Amino acid sequence: MSDPVSGAVTAPVDGKAWVKSDRQRERERLRRRRDLRSSSIATASTIVFFVLVVWLFTASPGWPRVKETFFDLGQFAGAFPDVLRGFLLNIKIFLIAEPLILVVGLLVALVRNLHAPVFFPLRSLAVLYTDIFRGVPTILVIYLVGFGLPALQLQGMPSDFATLGIIALTLSYGGYVAEVFRSGIDSVHPSQRAAARSLGLTHGQSMRFVVLPQAVRRVVPPLLNDFVSLQKDTALVATIGPLEALRQAQIHAADTFNYTPYLAAALLFILLTIPMARFTDYLAARSQRRRGM
Amino acid sequence: MSERVAVLEIEGVWKHYHRQNVLRGIDLSVDSHEVVCLIGASGSGKSTLLRCVNLLETIDDGAIHLDGTEITDVRANPDDVRKRIGMVFQAYNLFPYMTVLENITLAPRKAHGVARARAEEEARDLLARFGLADKATAYPDRLSGGQQQRVAIIRALATRPRLLLLDEVTSALDPALVAEVLEIIRELKESGMTMVLATHEMGLARDIADKVCFLDGGVLLEQGTAEQIFTDPREPRTREFLQRVLDARRI
Repeated sequence: MSDPVSGAVTAPVDGKAWVKSDRQRERERLRRRRDLRSSSIATASTIVFFVLVVWLFTASPGWPRVKETFFDLGQFAGAFPDVLRGFLLNIKIFLIAEPLILVVGLLVALVRNLHAPVFFPLRSLAVLYTDIFRGVPTILVIYLVGFGLPALQLQGMPSDFATLGIIALTLSYGGYVAEVFRSGIDSVHPSQRAAARSLGLTHGQSMRFVVLPQAVRRVVPPLLNDFVSLQKDTALVATIGPLEALRQAQIHAADTFNYTPYLAAALLFILLTIPMARFTDYLAARSQRRRGM
Repeated sequence: MSERVAVLEIEGVWKHYHRQNVLRGIDLSVDSHEVVCLIGASGSGKSTLLRCVNLLETIDDGAIHLDGTEITDVRANPDDVRKRIGMVFQAYNLFPYMTVLENITLAPRKAHGVARARAEEEARDLLARFGLADKATAYPDRLSGGQQQRVAIIRALATRPRLLLLDEVTSALDPALVAEVLEIIRELKESGMTMVLATHEMGLARDIADKVCFLDGGVLLEQGTAEQIFTDPREPRTREFLQRVLDARRI
């Protein structure tokens, strides 16, 4: 063993520099070969799968008829501008509903976490809210809010169906999101709260500065999942009247007895949810990286 | 020790992280029933070396042999290799949602196919042997640090490993609790367990190590008997390190 020359970890301690050995070269060659093999298997199986699926559909006895009623290019081109115009309303609805839902959900989750006896009425109200609005199907909430609220004839009650739809979606999804937030808050280890309280932070402060930052990071993927679901459910607002994408497609389909406009609407919804799904993947990958996996 | 049988052979192992060499050509051999202590400053590569042996890290050059077969072979199944090695971590790494008994019986039942009844019986025997018989149904969060680490050691032992790797298992414990964990390690040595420990406990190293290895900047700078390393280190860097430890009154 030669004398050590320097104390720095990065500098060669006894002049040893790495020269890749034959063994390592062979190992890397084997690894490359294995990677090549597994990726070719993956590619081949993917191709076989898609060919089979396409064949299954196109070889079915009803395919020519389906092709005519669902995949009519002329119908598609004719309906698309109207459906797209309707779709802008879908986008508007969820862009307004999403922040409202976050606020409602977070507030309800926080209220459910207040354990002092004074807050019992508030807390039970929050429980009641989540129980009711997660229990009632979204489409029923939309009917009840859409037709019930205006019927009360209260001063200042919005009568615009899109607005009523936003209210209904917010109420319904607020319940889900509240539970997502609550599970996130509960998943933060009690020792974190203890550390925060021991520093003299109040319940609210430790919630705000210690628990919530961790809870929210953890629940981002399920939250985005709920939002993907919300984006689709904006189509349910069609049932009370506003001319959004589904309604426009229905009108066109009813005119011609051709279902291609529905396909146009479906395509638009997919185009919207895919970026959201990839964004969720990106966030998940990022948090994995930060944990050093 | 009548005959020398090498359980673990580490041969010219290199490991890079972000273009830094964490391990630079480590050579080390561990015989059956031998206890090897790795000492050195934080960041000298002790933990990385243990993780490489357990295949939690892929090495960038060299080879590691367990019982004469190369475990770093591309075609080797890492799960089969790990079944023969036990590992204990600094932060215990117990599964918090499982009871002590479930933590211990998980690997015997799922990875080794031992029947539940037998796995539990063996786990209870081990718990009794290490004074934790009454904790079988407790959850890890309910235990003290020392108890948790003892459970972690039992969990690693439950699969009857050929080799036990202990990664600074007492570093997260207060001195009073360190003693109870060291007691277990001593008992394991008595029973002939082959072990590699990364440790800051020079007292333990001096006590139980058949071989002490000093790592510095990813190089295994010096190895020898505990007696030789602690009383007459050859390398100036080893002397310097031991002096610093002595100054910190950790010895």
